[in-house]
Parts: sequence; C-alpha cells; structure tokens
Amino acid sequence: MANPLKCDLCSKAATVHLTQILDNKVHKVDLCEECAQEKGVTDPSGFSLADLLLKASLNPDPASGGVRCEQCGFAPSDFKKQGRFGCPACYDAFKGILDPMLEGMHKGIVHSGKVPQKALERKSLYDKLTRLEVDLTEAIKAERYEEAARCRDEINQVRQAVEQKPAR
Amino acid sequence: MTIGSLIDTPSELTDSSSSKSAIVLMTRIRLARNLAGQPFPGWAKPAQREKILGACRDAVTATSAMKRGLAVGVGDLGELEKKILVERHLISRELSGSKQGSGVVISRDQAFSVMINEEDHLRIQMLRVGFQLKKAWAAINEMDTALEGSLDFAFSPVLGYLTACPTNLGTGMRASAMMHLPALVISNQMEKVVRAVNQLGMVVRGLFGEGSDASGSIFQISNQMTLGESEEEILRRLSGVLQSIIEHELNARARLLEADSGKLFDKIGRAFGILQNGHVLSSNEAMNLLSLIRLGVDLGVFPDAKRSVTDRLFIEAQPGHLQHAQKGEFEAGQRDLLRAERLRSEFANFSRPDFTLSANGNN
Repeated sequence: MANPLKCDLCSKAATVHLTQILDNKVHKVDLCEECAQEKGVTDPSGFSLADLLLKASLNPDPASGGVRCEQCGFAPSDFKKQGRFGCPACYDAFKGILDPMLEGMHKGIVHSGKVPQKALERKSLYDKLTRLEVDLTEAIKAERYEEAARCRDEINQVRQAVEQKPAR
Repeated sequence: MTIGSLIDTPSELTDSSSSKSAIVLMTRIRLARNLAGQPFPGWAKPAQREKILGACRDAVTATSAMKRGLAVGVGDLGELEKKILVERHLISRELSGSKQGSGVVISRDQAFSVMINEEDHLRIQMLRVGFQLKKAWAAINEMDTALEGSLDFAFSPVLGYLTACPTNLGTGMRASAMMHLPALVISNQMEKVVRAVNQLGMVVRGLFGEGSDASGSIFQISNQMTLGESEEEILRRLSGVLQSIIEHELNARARLLEADSGKLFDKIGRAFGILQNGHVLSSNEAMNLLSLIRLGVDLGVFPDAKRSVTDRLFIEAQPGHLQHAQKGEFEAGQRDLLRAERLRSEFANFSRPDFTLSANGNN
C-alpha cells in the first residue's frame, strides 16, 4: 500500500473502486466516499460512468488551463464545473481535450447520421455571396469593370436563390 | 390553447382509449439542436437567452404539427402546472426549475413538445403510446426538417449536431421506451438485465428519468451513444434490445406462474384488496399496487379493457395530477389520504379478479 489510490474527482483517498463494462470497453473509476455518494454511484440503475469519466478526464490537464474559446470566453475549468460547453465554437477551441474524451463515450468519433441539408445549402449560398461581394469591391477598386459586372450578375442570381430559401 | 385547457384535455398518455400495449407503455424520441453562432443556454447572458427563445418559439409555433398548440414561458407557469407537465413527460425537471428565458411549445394532442433553452436551445420530443420507434422517428424527423428551413443549426460534418454536452453529439438523438417489467422485478432479475443492457450501450432509468426510482416496475430504456451511428442504426439496435427484454419478461412471467402461481396470485389479490379498501397510499405504494393490477390484466385475471384504467391511474396518482383533481395544494400526508380515496372509488366498480382464467395462459 505504498501509493493509495486517489479520488478521480477531488483527489482525497479513494475507497470506492468501480469497474463498468460499457459496449465492450472497460471503464475504471476510483472515488472517495463523499463523491461516490454525491454522484449516486451506490444506485446501479441511475448511474452512468460515462458522465463521470467525462469530468474525471479533465482533471490531469492543467496545461490547457489558459485557453479560452474566442467566441464565447469559455474556459476548460468552466467545463469541469458544468460538464457542458459554452457555445458551438468551443468544439474547435477545445479539440485537444475533447478528442480523448470522445473515444470511450460513443460508438465512433465521426458523425454518420442526419445532415441539415437545407441549412447547409443556405450557408453555402451565404458564403458564396460574401465571397462575391469582396470580389466586386476589389474589381471596382482596380477598375476591372467587366469583372465587376459579372460579379454583380452572379450576386443577383445568388440573392434570388437565397430568397427561395428564407433564413431567419 | 391555454395551459388550463391543455391540462384538462386527455393527453397521448392519459387518453384511456389509446392504451393497448402490454409491455412497452410508450415510446419517446428526442433531438437536441442548437442555433449556430449562439452560446448554449447554460452560458448565454439573460438578453441572449431571451433573443434565442424568441427566435426558436417563432420557428416552432409556425410548424404544422404545432398548429393551435400551447406556447408558454416557464416563468408564466405555476408550480402545480409545471409538476403536471413533468408527470406527463412533456417537460423535464431541469426545464421546470430553470431561470428566465426558457419556454415550451406543446402540440394540441400532446404528442410533440419542444423545450427551448433547457440544456440545449431546442429539445424536440415526440411521444407515442406503445412500441412505435419507427413512427415516432418519422414524425420527429419531419418536424426537425421543417425547423431546419427557418433555423440555422450548429452542425459540424465530423461531429454532427453540436450540443452543450458532448454526450449528445452527433445525432443528438435519445430514443427511449417505457417498459413495465413486473415479473423481472419479482424474480430479482432486473439487476442482471440492467448490466446486460449497459453492455450493449443502452441505459436503464426509472420512470422519471435520471436519478428517479423504478416505482411500479416501470423502466426507461434508452440509447447512451449518439455519435458514430446513424439514427436508423441506433433505433434498430435499441429495438433489438427492447425485443429481447420483452421476451425475458414474458419468460419470467411464465416461470412465475409455473413455479408458484399461488404466490403470484396472492400478490395480485392483495393489491386489489388494498386499492379497494386502503386509506393511506403513498404515490410509490400506489404505483406498485397498480403495477400488480396491470400484470393481472396481462395474465387474464382482469379483462383486457382494464389496462387503460391502470395506465391512466399511473399518471393520475402522481402528486401534481392528484392535487389538480382536488383543486388545491396539499402536503404529502394529506395527499396520501386523498390518493387512497381516489383509488378506492376507482376500484369500487373494477371487475373482480378471476384467477381461473389465467390457467389457459392468456397473453
């Protein structure tokens, strides 16, 4: 007993040791009495190791503590507190912490289900519009009027298409 | 539609005519969706929450499924009304306790409900009586596609629909079935079933979801994983698991009848006696007694038509529904008296148990 196990959540001495086999993967968690109580580990029906592991896996990661999501200001320490992210862009900002977490959590790590087709088409139209508008401004600035006229025509076409797919 | 009239309208769950299913009481599918470029509800500032609520509510109420439905802010609901909606599985406990800037839209038939600013911007739910995963998926898929026409959802080609919690990534779909498994409980096999189901990547919970107990031998079985498989694959696997649980339950019933029918009939008969004559019943005890009556119906001790009565009472014996029926708020001790009174009157005219019928193995 040279090195007693520590609780994965609060690093007190662990007295509860759990092994759960989920989808043929072995998950192990060591907890202290209090955390075990708090997480409802004693109730086998209402308890999922996946949620626990999610938070536990963030513990030994002080290195990335300084990173924040540029979009919403969320920090990894906030995730540890809430178990939830701040905004969709957090998934890019915290890719480094997320990827190892996803391994055991799901069947795979790449989406293979439904795709929001209409929304994606709309987005690609908007992206195209933005690109064309930049091209148009540049063409006018450089006095390339033939190109500018072509851009304007294309912009009108895209606008019409957008109107057929109304956004918010 | 107002909240008052919604509560007084029979729901998909409490509508007595629609209850035909023996082991799967109801099927539920929910989809988690978020708006692109907006902070998730738990991280959004109050003003942002209000804006998101408005945008989502406009989009949801415009769908054809929500025509003449109810759209209401959580802050505008009374405590009792929230309790009733939770008991009908139309809102979650989390939403009912949430701060300003949350709401719900419920369809007229109470089959669809969309929670706004719960854990995610949108939690779209479809609920159907019986074992109907395919139909529920077809309906909710259509609703989701309709919403996509006016809302830009946060989506990544690799991670799928982006959700506040990574455990919902990908499809954002949780499909579940509410199952009545009295024989597996009586014969102490539930723990084994829970373990086996967990190994297949599915979760077992009590009647009211996470952390609730399994009173009335009612369990919710749902998929745990949402990423890496298509919706259809998840539903196919879940359906397979449910089928095998149904088989196990039926086998357990057959074994109980074979090994010790006297003991089983004793439980059912006593449950009937207490429901007919008891004066103090907690909601937990009421659920367990009703569960035995329902088992009696399945075995042919009571006529088939009485199943709908037990299914209705499962909901109406809950604290919120009970207090609504009595038009007042009562503390737990008084509720137990009122509940017993209510059940006595329901069971005064219930068919008498006929224990000879079940010998020919009805069901």
